[in-house]
Amino acid sequence: MTLVSETARRRLRSSRPERAPWEEPEGPLARIGKGLALTAIVLVILGPLYVVLLTSLSSQETITEAGGLVMVPDGLTLDAYRAVLGGGVITRSVLVSTGVTVVGTVISVGLSILCAYGLSRPGSFMHRPLLFTVLLTFLFGPGMIPTYLVVSGLGLVDSYWALILPSAIAAFNVVVLRSFFMSIPQELIDSARIDGAGEFRILASIVLPLSRAVTAVVALFYGVGYWNAFFNALLYIDDTRMWPLQLVLRTFVLDARDLPAGAGGIQQAVDSAPSLALRMAVVMIAVIPILLVYPFVQRHFTKGVIIGAVKG
Amino acid sequence: MEDQTTVRGTAPRGGAGPALAGGPPATRTAGDPPTAPPAGGAPTKPAATITKTWRQRLRADWPLVAMTLPAIGLLLVFHYAPLLGNVIAFQDYSPFVGIRDSQFVGFWHFSRFFTDPLFWRATGNTLLITAFQLVFFFPVPIALALLLNSILNSRVRVFVQSVVYLPHFFSWVLVITLFQQILGGAGLVSQILRESGNSPLGIMTDPDTFILLVTSEMVWKDAGWGTIIFLAALSTVNQSLYEAAAADGAGRWRRTWHITLPALRPVIVLLLILRLGDALTVGFEQFILQRNAVGSRAAEVLDTYVYYTGIVNGDYSYAAAVGLFKGLFGLALILAANRIAHVFGEQGVYSRS
Repeated sequence: MTLVSETARRRLRSSRPERAPWEEPEGPLARIGKGLALTAIVLVILGPLYVVLLTSLSSQETITEAGGLVMVPDGLTLDAYRAVLGGGVITRSVLVSTGVTVVGTVISVGLSILCAYGLSRPGSFMHRPLLFTVLLTFLFGPGMIPTYLVVSGLGLVDSYWALILPSAIAAFNVVVLRSFFMSIPQELIDSARIDGAGEFRILASIVLPLSRAVTAVVALFYGVGYWNAFFNALLYIDDTRMWPLQLVLRTFVLDARDLPAGAGGIQQAVDSAPSLALRMAVVMIAVIPILLVYPFVQRHFTKGVIIGAVKG
Repeated sequence: MEDQTTVRGTAPRGGAGPALAGGPPATRTAGDPPTAPPAGGAPTKPAATITKTWRQRLRADWPLVAMTLPAIGLLLVFHYAPLLGNVIAFQDYSPFVGIRDSQFVGFWHFSRFFTDPLFWRATGNTLLITAFQLVFFFPVPIALALLLNSILNSRVRVFVQSVVYLPHFFSWVLVITLFQQILGGAGLVSQILRESGNSPLGIMTDPDTFILLVTSEMVWKDAGWGTIIFLAALSTVNQSLYEAAAADGAGRWRRTWHITLPALRPVIVLLLILRLGDALTVGFEQFILQRNAVGSRAAEVLDTYVYYTGIVNGDYSYAAAVGLFKGLFGLALILAANRIAHVFGEQGVYSRS
């Protein structure tokens, strides 16, 4: 079922026209009301980030003076970041999360593209059963306990693969890619075939270059999933030295507990920098990669996601 | 199910030859080897394609099949194998004995959780939170989408959109951390309250208002993201409808009521069905992370209950039974909700045919 038609997509691409001639202009009250509502929304979302960023950049004196979180900048310093990233668990967890995110995203995006392209031609051999295998995962989840038993049965406990493989393929993303691939004009693919290209060649030279936007969006989804992986890590990673950032964030920041033994580094760090600033620095470290990638991918959301994905 | 979503346009896709032989002649047959001359599937005689054996089709399509295999393999191992692993719900499973040798006990574990007050508490919490979210979370993205859609200045609109989508990409750990820093006992709001001589906020640790807290967290994180689908639906509305309504004297509100909201109806019904199908799933991370702070009386939901009884206490079979019950119940809910949607003349998740 297609919720978003061809005309919709065209209209999404071209920006919405200004007020139509027949539309009555807004009254001053409506304008003020809308402005206030929008400002409030933006403040509620960006405000916490601003306060946390500022606190992470503040010195102990500023924090003490403010009595906690800092709202007015005063004597900014990178001390907290230096302490947090000066070795020890937090540095290690940042490396773990980065590695898992990069490797996982490459695997997920690669396999999803292949799978989506392989399923993009209705009527091909085994097309229906294969597609059904993918789509059925939408309808019914296997449950936490059996999944845990399979993953631990495969010996993946305390292995980085446990953070990658169980969640490597999201049917949703495969469907997004597949819908997009199917919208590529058939003539292009036919002409490549006439020129002697095989399926792999067609995928690499024709389909992928046309699908950059949707691939970027899918990569963002997978990447964010890996970066944010908390549940899999909680289940499968017992060794604190292998903890990804989200587990450190929970223990060190949310529960405000010191990191478990073997943590090293952080104790010295606590001596040299204020602990609230330290904790807020860890928060920022979890946020920054998303803030860095987001603007580049965000403009493709409507274009890339809605085109294919609107489906249950 | 799938083809309605994806086949667009009227021209048969490549490879659809056999199935669509009645339509316009296929321009090409299913993945003929590029070097070979078009074999049986010449455009003029589609009938010949019907007689293709599966061997020929495999030879023609093997690259496509091969491409899907790694992903399918992962799904088989990490989705379908655990699906079968649910048999332990009917066993007295012990990790030392293994699934094969564990004894079957029938529905014993199911009768166990049916008489377990802790299970019912978790179910009650879950349903309460679902119901609460249906009323207080579900309409927010719709309202927000209407607001965003009414902004004519495209720069402002795009900026606000980017901002409201953003929290969706934060992890629950991060979201709860931010809430704690702002609303917690040592947070910013309490800090300001204390300075002005008031008592600090206790909302992050109060079990009685926990449901408000989790719903606000949900709104903060995902209401913006939820607008995407409504904005897409809004952009499909034929503008001449508005113009005609305006010519007939309908004001802004009447146009919203008679044109915009009906246009959103299919999406609203679809999302409502999906939400109902997930009635027993309110999320795991959000609750496990706050369970210590507010206590299990308010924060125990079915997923955390499965986690504690199964993973933490090692009662695997019992927890698997709860999980299986939850999954089957959810499936039944989604099928039922979809049926209701059909009765109301909506399309639902899948069509009847």
